[in-house]
Amino acid sequence: MPSNSLYGPLDPAPDAGYTDAPPRMGFFTDTSVCIGCKACEVACKEWNGVPDDGFNLLGMSYDNTGGLTANSWRHVAFIEQPRASSGAGTDTPGAFAGTPAGPSASAHSAVVAASAGQDTGTDPGVPPAVDALAAAGTVAPPGPQFLGMPGHDLPGRIPDAPRTDFRWLMMSNVCKHCTHAGCLDVCPTGALFRTEFGTVVVQEDICNGCGYCIPACPYGVIDQRQGDGRAWKCTMCYDRIGDGLTPACAKACPTESIQYGELSELRERAATRVAALHEQGVGEARLYGHDENDGVGGDGAFFLLLDEPEVYGLPPDPVVPTKNLPAMWRRAGLAALTMAAAVVVAAAGRRR
Amino acid sequence: MSATSDRLGEDYGERDDRGRPATEAERPGGLGERPPAGRPGSGLARDEAPGGPVRDGTSRRGGRKGGGRGDRPMVPPASFGSYYGKPIVKAPVWHHDIAAYLFTGGLAAGSSLLAAAGDLSGRPALGRAGRLAALGAVTASAYFLIHDLGRPARFHHMLRVAKPTSPMSVGTWVLTAFGPAAGVAAIAEGAPLLPERGVLGLVRRLLPPLGAAGQVGAALTAPALATYTAVLLSDTSTPSWHAAYEELPFVFAGSALASGAAVGLLAAPCDQAGPARRMAVCGAALELYGAHRVETTKGLLSEPYRTGRAGRLLRAGRALTAAGVAGALLGRRSRVASALSGLSLLAASLATRFGIFEGGMASAKDPKYVVVPQRERLQRRAESGDAGGS
Repeated sequence: MPSNSLYGPLDPAPDAGYTDAPPRMGFFTDTSVCIGCKACEVACKEWNGVPDDGFNLLGMSYDNTGGLTANSWRHVAFIEQPRASSGAGTDTPGAFAGTPAGPSASAHSAVVAASAGQDTGTDPGVPPAVDALAAAGTVAPPGPQFLGMPGHDLPGRIPDAPRTDFRWLMMSNVCKHCTHAGCLDVCPTGALFRTEFGTVVVQEDICNGCGYCIPACPYGVIDQRQGDGRAWKCTMCYDRIGDGLTPACAKACPTESIQYGELSELRERAATRVAALHEQGVGEARLYGHDENDGVGGDGAFFLLLDEPEVYGLPPDPVVPTKNLPAMWRRAGLAALTMAAAVVVAAAGRRR
Repeated sequence: MSATSDRLGEDYGERDDRGRPATEAERPGGLGERPPAGRPGSGLARDEAPGGPVRDGTSRRGGRKGGGRGDRPMVPPASFGSYYGKPIVKAPVWHHDIAAYLFTGGLAAGSSLLAAAGDLSGRPALGRAGRLAALGAVTASAYFLIHDLGRPARFHHMLRVAKPTSPMSVGTWVLTAFGPAAGVAAIAEGAPLLPERGVLGLVRRLLPPLGAAGQVGAALTAPALATYTAVLLSDTSTPSWHAAYEELPFVFAGSALASGAAVGLLAAPCDQAGPARRMAVCGAALELYGAHRVETTKGLLSEPYRTGRAGRLLRAGRALTAAGVAGALLGRRSRVASALSGLSLLAASLATRFGIFEGGMASAKDPKYVVVPQRERLQRRAESGDAGGS
């Protein structure tokens, strides 16, 4: 077995046996320009024929998708943050300095009326809200409320609007197409395979729904579709990229927050972008999943984030479980030998 | 550096204690035991959320100034950041079929080894009971495994590949070797029932050597069958399963030996049960030692094994194991006491398997078990990096 097949930097397609593989392709998702429009979610569903995830109000921000599931291969996360002010009269220094910021929208528009709703198939783990508006009414204090309606004036035009310490983070999450993919390593049927582009794809005619890939993924991406039984996830539009087309989500992204291309070029582009942001004072900008020395050998889909990964629902230091597999087999072998020894001891005792 | 790590430990410890109620209350649909909370999880610090502000993920570092405002009720800070308290890794979609298979697979392996011990020491009752139990248990295993598949009709797709990186693939082939061998060994026990003449008479003469060969094959693959399941669970991102990879094979090996021994205690007369008693002691010792390590040495990741349903199951398993071993040793002259000890050991093995299964499930459903250990790992790496650099 070639070195680094289980862990460490690697070019996955040649390691999987492709000769003459094309360059590794990937996504760079720059969350600093994401506007949360969810065009990526819609385009993905349209192109890939992915079923709906239920039409629920989850009562958390504008995220009613909840997370990556078998039926959501792109997921736009919304994070509302009251950030402590550290500049004179401005909110978060850097990216949002000088940006008009009206009164906080978070107060009552985001009240949650969570209660058990009907099962919607693939469950992202969040119960749907029954009636968010009614719930908001029950706890609203007297006085005007923010109902989520657009204002009639330009933002920042009203002179008395207080500046608030508040920001939104939006991020389109997706399968990471890891260099060392836990799902692919453990698949017992060969349904998951490495493509010539270095991506990881499930063959739906092979998958028998054993479910092993689901806990194997350190990011919690791949999922079993209820009522179908098989595992599903992003294919990086394997059927499009083979024809030289851009994956549906990247094609639909109106701000180029999702960028598709050769991974090596994307990494350079990301480094330039993060340096530019740092120069503009956005010290919190950082790349995630770009480092081929990380626990999964680098992601085929990596991100520029504006906060710690866990705030976006990403693991801070993911490691492919297979990294320790040789040690696990050794321990199991030792335990098996111990069993054999126990049997010998049991059989060797004196006959009563 | 020690000051830094002290502070880190204190930080986590303190926040862990104070933060846990908030974390659990906020977790939507957490373990299924709580009604969904009225507020999404700790992923965002919402300033004026109805229950008071949730301070958490947005400022994870030490003293967060301006976090608390004296005039508002304050939910204690959670110990980690997360996206609305939602899980990060996905919990296994396996049902209790798989937990039951952990037991029946172990029972099949243990019974086969009991039969081997019986054959080696010349105790036919142990051999017969072990072989019959192994066939029953391996048949149940096949049922549980296929029933748990999302597409049961495609179970044979497992046989397309042989993949050492997939413990499930390895297990498939181990079962494929063990099952028929154990089956032939058990069926051969029925040879004396066949007539002595004709075609069936030929079968009657052929079965015993085939059965003996099958028993050898089953006994040789049984240790692999009993221990690969530990690798199956550990080779996942389920935090508490992965963290326990060093000890789980010993827990499962011990549990399998104890359940196999239980078959002997139940089925064999007292004067033939000696090997079963010794096997019970060895198995129980392995199981108790391994489980103790799993429950105490994994830091935060031991917690799911001590609390909730998993904690109750593992405590019950420990008590039943102790009772079973005590009964097997003290009641060696009583057929009833031996049988009761056997039942106790079987129940212990079942409780331990379900306890380990549930513990892993619980660890996957709370982002705390993903984020906090990974943060600590990053912190350690940063500190050792700093130490190296300076």
